[in-house]
Amino acid sequence: MEAILETKNINKYFMQPVKFHVLKDISIAINRGEFVSIMGKSGCGKSTLLYILSTMDTAYEGELYIEGELMSTKTRNDLARIRNEKIGFVFQFHYLLPEFTVLKNVMLPALKLGRESEAVIKAKAMNKLAILGVEEQAHKKASRISGGQKQRVSIARALINDPKIIMGDEPTGNLDSKNSENVFNILRDLSDQFGLSLLVVTHDTEFAKKTDRIIEMGDGMVF
Amino acid sequence: MSRFKLILDISKTHLVSKFKQTAVAALGVTFGIGAYIIMMSFMTGLNGLLDGLVLNRTPHVQVYNKTDPTVVQPIHRYRADSSDAHYIHSIKPKVRLERIHNAIPILAELKQQDKVMGATPQATCKVFYLAGSNKLNGIVNGIEVDEEIRLFNFKDYIVEGDVTGIKRRKNSILLGAGIAKKLSLQVGDRVQVMSTSGATFSLIIAGLYQSGLAEVDDVQSFVDLKMAQQILGAGSNYISRIHVKLEDIEEAVPMSKTIKDLYDVEALDIKTANAQFDTGSDIRTMISYAVSITLLIVAGFGIYNILNMFIYEKMNDIAILKATGFTGSDVKWIFITQAMFIGLIGGALGIVLGYGVSVLIDNTPFETEALPTVTTFPINYDPAFYIMGVVFAVVSTFMAGYLPARKAQKIDPVEIIRGQ
Repeated sequence: MEAILETKNINKYFMQPVKFHVLKDISIAINRGEFVSIMGKSGCGKSTLLYILSTMDTAYEGELYIEGELMSTKTRNDLARIRNEKIGFVFQFHYLLPEFTVLKNVMLPALKLGRESEAVIKAKAMNKLAILGVEEQAHKKASRISGGQKQRVSIARALINDPKIIMGDEPTGNLDSKNSENVFNILRDLSDQFGLSLLVVTHDTEFAKKTDRIIEMGDGMVF
Repeated sequence: MSRFKLILDISKTHLVSKFKQTAVAALGVTFGIGAYIIMMSFMTGLNGLLDGLVLNRTPHVQVYNKTDPTVVQPIHRYRADSSDAHYIHSIKPKVRLERIHNAIPILAELKQQDKVMGATPQATCKVFYLAGSNKLNGIVNGIEVDEEIRLFNFKDYIVEGDVTGIKRRKNSILLGAGIAKKLSLQVGDRVQVMSTSGATFSLIIAGLYQSGLAEVDDVQSFVDLKMAQQILGAGSNYISRIHVKLEDIEEAVPMSKTIKDLYDVEALDIKTANAQFDTGSDIRTMISYAVSITLLIVAGFGIYNILNMFIYEKMNDIAILKATGFTGSDVKWIFITQAMFIGLIGGALGIVLGYGVSVLIDNTPFETEALPTVTTFPINYDPAFYIMGVVFAVVSTFMAGYLPARKAQKIDPVEIIRGQ
């Protein structure tokens, strides 16, 4: 199986308040189309690892490959471009831009990528919103919709550029069980139907059990 | 959608959603630029008025004879080789005629010069104005009235009567307004003028002259050049002063030197004659610049403050934009664009405000005895102030926006997302 994302011996230290070895020799690989969850107790470094994998955190030692391409040596602007093109994000908190409409929120990463015309992007964004069942909300302001809806909108946003991999940091952590279930099913469908790779950090065992593979972490190491 | 258009679109949404803050920041710029334009228009207008009061009627070069002691005394020539020191006590100035020697050829030659716009001859005579047993000291200047009007705006200072009257009727006079008041004379009345030699002339008052400077108006009157020569009992070649107006005022200093070197006369340039006047103008301009720049800096700090707060409020948005692939420089430009928007809108309103208030001031009545030609406050509508105002607005808002924007550029999205 082809690895979409791979790390070799990633180490990270926190310098403040005292030097602390957060991640110790992490070497993992996520294959194309795989739905993987990372589990572990609070403070074991799972979120820290996710931020490194997402290319947002560049202060680490070791090598990170996305589609076989080495990320560790790239400039911040190159990494922004790669995030834009290849990685979709879903956060625990919904993180939409409150002044913009739902539709605009979904469109922005694609507008930034600039691969297609605005009209095409708009149609595509409506389509993604429809997949997630929130197309009626498209023209409302992002600050005017409910938490569950926001999370679905942010999944639509993560999908807009047809990314290679979707990463989630506790995407259901802030939702009630019904919405949580809903969001999980959506992610599961994306993996099954569209063959998307997914990497989700969670401490919800129920959630993790239903994924393809669980990476367990503790004290900065992968078990 | 191009990068620029996308940045513009995001900035616009931000600004519109924070309309109140945007408006407050823009108003800061508006008042800064408006005040700058008003200050500069009014100050330079006033400067122009005062300059005009003195400079417009002051000839660029005045040519006359000066009475002063001879520098090189005969003994210096006679014993030039000797190393002895010569002491001469109480040197008296040589008697010189008040009239310029060879005035008519000099005048003709000056008029032919390319740099010279025109030159007018004057004959000055000291007189007494007679009223009953009263004798008032005074000066009557003989002038060529057409040239004086053309070159030195002479017409502006005739408050009553007809300025060309002295040309049409030789025995008429343009009487100083102060004298007319003292002698209770009016246009059309006759005034007796007695020359220093004792001859009296009866002149018809063709008009009243008011310069705005009381000590001038109390003594000074004007007649035709030929009339003055008659009062003096001199021929038509008697000319005591030549007033030269140049095409370019900057040429005054070298020109006066050339005249002095070329002819046996004294020449005084306008720069030397009005040195203290220039200094006054310069200082007034400097003060208005200092105040205006202070106002603009205050407006700049206002923008800086508001954008800074704005960026703190928008931390999450910045993190989200960066996480979804916007670069640091995209984020920086989003905020700089907002600052520039504020600057442009504020600047444009500032121009409107500045122009409006300037028009208002321009139409405010301002009448004073001292300035007969002025009825409203002076305003200088120089477009340069408006251009400068916009440039200031854009530059200062750019700078005020740049620092917070750079902070936004450097925000680490991981820290924000983790912090939740």
